[in-house]
Amino acid sequence: MTLKLELEDVAKTFVMHLQGGKTLEVVEGVSLSVSAGECVVLGGPSGAGKSSILKMIYGNYRTDRGRILVHGADGAIDVATAPPRQVIRLRHATIGYVSQFLRAIPRISALDLVAIAARDQGLDEGLALTRARDLLTRLNVPERLWSLPPATFSGGEQQRVNIARGFVADHAILLLDEPTASLDATNRAAVVELIRDKKQRGVAMLGIFHDEDVRDRVADRIVDVTRFAAKAA
Amino acid sequence: MTLISATLGHAAPYNFAYLDEQTKRMIRRAILKAIAIPGYQVPFASREMPMPYGWGTGGVQVTAAIIGPSDVLKVIDQGSDDTTNAVSIRKFFEKTAGVAVTTSTSAASIIQTRHRIPEETLKSGQVLVYQVPIPEPLRFLEPRETETRKMHALSEYGLMHVKLYEDIARHGHIAKTYAYPTMVGGRYLMDPSPTPKFDNPKMHRSAALQLFGAGREKRIYAVPPHTEVVSLDFDDHPFEVNKFDKPCALCAAEGVYLDEVILDDRGGRMFVCSDTDHCETRRADGHRGELLGSPIEQKEATHVA
Amino acid sequence: MSPETMSADDQPLLVARGVTKRYGPHIGCIDVNFELFPGEVLAIVGESGSGKSTLLSVLSTRLDPTAGSVGYRMRDGVMRNVFDLNEAERRLLMRTDWGFVHQDAREGLRMGISAGGNVGERLMAVGARHYGEIRSTALDWLNRVEIDQTRIDDAPKTFSGGMRQRLQIARNLVTNPRLIFMDEPTGGLDVSVQARLLDLLRGLVADLGLAVVIVTHDLAVARLLSHRIMVMRHGRVIETGLTDQVLDDPREPYTQLLVSSVLQV
Repeated sequence: MTLKLELEDVAKTFVMHLQGGKTLEVVEGVSLSVSAGECVVLGGPSGAGKSSILKMIYGNYRTDRGRILVHGADGAIDVATAPPRQVIRLRHATIGYVSQFLRAIPRISALDLVAIAARDQGLDEGLALTRARDLLTRLNVPERLWSLPPATFSGGEQQRVNIARGFVADHAILLLDEPTASLDATNRAAVVELIRDKKQRGVAMLGIFHDEDVRDRVADRIVDVTRFAAKAA
Repeated sequence: MTLISATLGHAAPYNFAYLDEQTKRMIRRAILKAIAIPGYQVPFASREMPMPYGWGTGGVQVTAAIIGPSDVLKVIDQGSDDTTNAVSIRKFFEKTAGVAVTTSTSAASIIQTRHRIPEETLKSGQVLVYQVPIPEPLRFLEPRETETRKMHALSEYGLMHVKLYEDIARHGHIAKTYAYPTMVGGRYLMDPSPTPKFDNPKMHRSAALQLFGAGREKRIYAVPPHTEVVSLDFDDHPFEVNKFDKPCALCAAEGVYLDEVILDDRGGRMFVCSDTDHCETRRADGHRGELLGSPIEQKEATHVA
Repeated sequence: MSPETMSADDQPLLVARGVTKRYGPHIGCIDVNFELFPGEVLAIVGESGSGKSTLLSVLSTRLDPTAGSVGYRMRDGVMRNVFDLNEAERRLLMRTDWGFVHQDAREGLRMGISAGGNVGERLMAVGARHYGEIRSTALDWLNRVEIDQTRIDDAPKTFSGGMRQRLQIARNLVTNPRLIFMDEPTGGLDVSVQARLLDLLRGLVADLGLAVVIVTHDLAVARLLSHRIMVMRHGRVIETGLTDQVLDDPREPYTQLLVSSVLQV
């Protein structure tokens, strides 16, 4: 199996200057790796730092220590030290992120929103639209909503549009931040199918799933984040 | 005046052509610079003249600076030699310089004008002096003098075309019929003074020297003989001169600029040459317009002319 | 950017080195350094008086710096210090390859000239002399910035605030510039009008691959439009990075204060 993502001795601390410089040591010594076609699930209670780890990998949070290596055709890139442009490029080409919350962009229809995510990665417009329709169908987003901006959708509908956005492109690495939270059984099953499809295609996935049933169905390994708890909190 | 009279004696109440020699030298230097940089507005220390601004103080100062005892002066206003302004300025130089005056275009060595260029083609050696109210063609588009100077310095004249664009957008054609902007020698944008655009082509490669004086605005500019003067336009809206449906009612001239003259209060009107000298010369040569056909009208028309 | 991943057409468009502006004893901005790449949107945020507007004025050559240089890669590929350009070159650059969107549209538009004339001015300035072509280009741009084409002959003084800003954008983009400076482009607009303008800007910037330096005190604007952010305080850049990184994981005390002062968006 090809190694896609590798974390070495990663640490994250927040310094809260507005609270008198209080430090919040989230995780330290995080070392883990994800290979192509593998779905690794981060385990542990809320507040253990699972989400922070995903955000560091995506470059959304800064990494205080350690390396986050993304392996690709051009060699390895360390997200922890990569300049912003390289991180943006990685996000377009290599790393996808499925978060729980959709940051809706006004006036762009649900279908275009999904298709744009594929086009950002370099897919041509026709293929992007075909895939977007397919995904919205699989995630049971009613077709009458496709041409509407998702700002007015229900929470569940918005979440499914966002899941479609996360899955539509051909990212080699996918970060799944509780994509199934608050979905009904049918849609949970649909997401599980999508994850299995991605696995088949060799995508390396690192995810957070609170739903044990889903976790058991998609996880190849579970990494318990509590073992990365900062010692001197 | 009493001081000057006392100094120079009764026989010479004024210096020749009114202005003192230092002032004339200063103006001549400005004129030479203007000739050296065709179309460029040269600042000069405009003097108070014994006439209000707007009555041709710029043109009068230029004429005063270049006129000599052997010159023959013609002054026209709207093409006419006998309007108040033209008569006053002619008399001014008769009195202060004692020069010969004429109404004949061909006989004049200096022609000071407001609003027209004579119909008769000017010759080498003649000087046409324009009275200019506002020398800056960009003034109403860009109020800042600092900025218009930069625009001239860098030949940035896109804004002038914006004005022409606005005309076409609003009226379907370039509505500007006088003070129509020109490019001089391919370099400077120039306001040809409020002459009708009909006269613009006459400026192009004219054999005469053309000098422009703006008294209130303190600027002199020039078009040396044989200089290219091109009226701005668009490829799909080319520059065109005004066309008149009929020839002059008095002298039957075609292709000349005509004035409308109201004959009575019943809507009677005629169109006659704005250039009175041109009209009179033609009539003296035997040309007859339609209004000179019947005896009654002939009487009336003679009265008008 | 590491050298091995940098290709020939992947070189910075704008390079600020030690840009400093002092007003006598007062500080405008001090020792600002950054590189801006083609297609990149950089937001400069900070409170009023932080030096962000001064910096923008220097970058766009509207002010001369006290020290430092601003390099720009001209269309021929040569990097030139913009302060070494002669005035003719600089002004040509400003109305062809650059654009400037002002907060107050009255500074960026000719209020008495029709929308079509406003959009067409830059074309005429670079030699366009075909009325029909100028007009059809203007119509096309009005359409792209969502201004009703029937308003082409109306002057911007009859336009709403949002329309004026959109017209200002069209006027700037008509010569296909590669770099646009924006000074609080949504300032003073109603929230709904702001949203529409931001959305339009976001789309145009992405479609045209524009590089943008945008000054804003509105972090929501920075989040929606920019890839990178520079936080300024007392004339200095105190924090810089990916926009979402700086906003979601601010490091400096001042940035944390700035972010925490904003209503969640």
